[in-house]
Amino acid sequence: MSQAVARTLDLKGLSCPLPIVKTAQAIKELASGELIEALATDPGSVADFTAWCTSTGNELLEHTEEDGVFRFVIRKK
Amino acid sequence: MTTANVTRSIDARGMPCPGPLMSLIGAIREGQVGDVIEVLSSDEGSRTDIPAWTEKAGHELVEVLEDAGFTRFVVRKAR
Amino acid sequence: MPAKVVILGGGVGGTLVANLLSKELRRDVSVTVVDPTGMHAYQPGYQYLALGQANGRWLVRDERTLLRSDVDLVVEPAIRVHPDAGTVQLARGGSLDWDYLVIATGARLAPELVPGLSEGSYDFYSLEGAQRLREALRRFKGGRLLVGVAGIPYKCPPAPVEFVFLLEEYLRRRGIRNRSEVRLLSPLNRAFTIESASKVVQPLMAQRGIELTTFFNVESVDPSSGVVSSLEGEKAEFDLLVLVPPHRGQDVVVESGLGDASGWLPTDRRTLQVQDHERIFAMGDATNLPISKSGSTAHFEAPVVASRIAALVRGSTPRSNYGGNVMCFLETGNRQGTVLRFDYEHPPAPPQPSAIWHAAKWMFNRMYWGVVPQGRLPERMPIPVPTGRSTE
Repeated sequence: MSQAVARTLDLKGLSCPLPIVKTAQAIKELASGELIEALATDPGSVADFTAWCTSTGNELLEHTEEDGVFRFVIRKK
Repeated sequence: MTTANVTRSIDARGMPCPGPLMSLIGAIREGQVGDVIEVLSSDEGSRTDIPAWTEKAGHELVEVLEDAGFTRFVVRKAR
Repeated sequence: MPAKVVILGGGVGGTLVANLLSKELRRDVSVTVVDPTGMHAYQPGYQYLALGQANGRWLVRDERTLLRSDVDLVVEPAIRVHPDAGTVQLARGGSLDWDYLVIATGARLAPELVPGLSEGSYDFYSLEGAQRLREALRRFKGGRLLVGVAGIPYKCPPAPVEFVFLLEEYLRRRGIRNRSEVRLLSPLNRAFTIESASKVVQPLMAQRGIELTTFFNVESVDPSSGVVSSLEGEKAEFDLLVLVPPHRGQDVVVESGLGDASGWLPTDRRTLQVQDHERIFAMGDATNLPISKSGSTAHFEAPVVASRIAALVRGSTPRSNYGGNVMCFLETGNRQGTVLRFDYEHPPAPPQPSAIWHAAKWMFNRMYWGVVPQGRLPERMPIPVPTGRSTE
């Protein structure tokens, strides 16, 4: 990943819909094109972040999972 | 075993609050003055809700009988 | 020969089941949605329309645009189901065959059941009702505003409480709060059905000067004298009255002889099959299940219905069960809200109102059209186990 992440959100332990709600609030403070990283443990978060990005036009660049933690990297449109 | 002659019996056991009370209110709405309505409820809240409502609405709480895992309320429509 | 599935009702439940089945079974299924108007409404939006905060395209869209292209849409009322013949009769004389039927016909508002209700009160339970109420609120310059419930069950148990909070805020914004009295008439001995939620909202209502009258089951309305009367023998005077009308099952259910005395379908709480009819499923507001009539209920039931029908079509054992999952937001005004999440095993434990839940509700409001009817949100909303971690 060549571009640095502007902000990382620790959303571990939060359940749907809080992960996307908190991400939506945090991304408001970023400039267009900047990246935000979200770490969540809620299994529904993959579907949530995918749907939220489709709906808002923000770009889901990566989503990976390791040891029960889902990592999302999103570029603000 | 209830002593009153029951006009209508409603088995609301298993219905979560406010089901039993609303079933009683529905039966009162549809019934005639003098009707005796029996409601069986397993919900804890009914023990306060049903007597409280019956009193406010001016009907007669004929009987409250505890049975195995449920309560039997008998209400007479008084107005 | 593809299996034929007919779905009565193009609301959130019917649309979602249609899309899920078509995605899952593709050419092995032929799915037809039958809807009287072909218009899909986002019902949680009506109250915002009444308060002058929303209109038009945000609220209603063409059902055709929400369905996958291989799902057929018939825009016509269904008038009668023939369970043994496996057909459904349509209003213009035609009929459709089905191997599996899903009844997602929702609830019918029945204002005619309460004398004086239509002439004397307003509602935000239909598009027309919300528009009339918006006009009445625009003309309202102060006085006694009453919000009440004229029958249980009704769609969205929190709605009257939520509306009264938003209404109180609306009056403050318009500068007429000090000339107005806002009062909630509840049929129960608390603000609304769910006790834990009532404990959270009642103190807040008191703080905002919103009066609560309990055990007020609306019996009749006298439009000329501006008085609403209760079954319990009480009367309340109003200048503007907003009532949730009584609800009943739809005519097609009643005509088919499938419904109970109020027109609700006797439904298995887990498999969602209609009693005595294993090829007929019921979901959403149309069932007799003693759970909330809510869009979220239909949303969480849909994957179960789709999965069970898919299994039956394939000849395998259906395994998916509905766990009673429901999720409702409750706005409390001042950009705050709370949430009610529960299922058959877990009662709700609503948090103290905060900004995050207001934000969550509005996120859902904005995402709905692109995401929900198409089945792009998670199928199950797990009830969070309290970890002691703050969610704010």
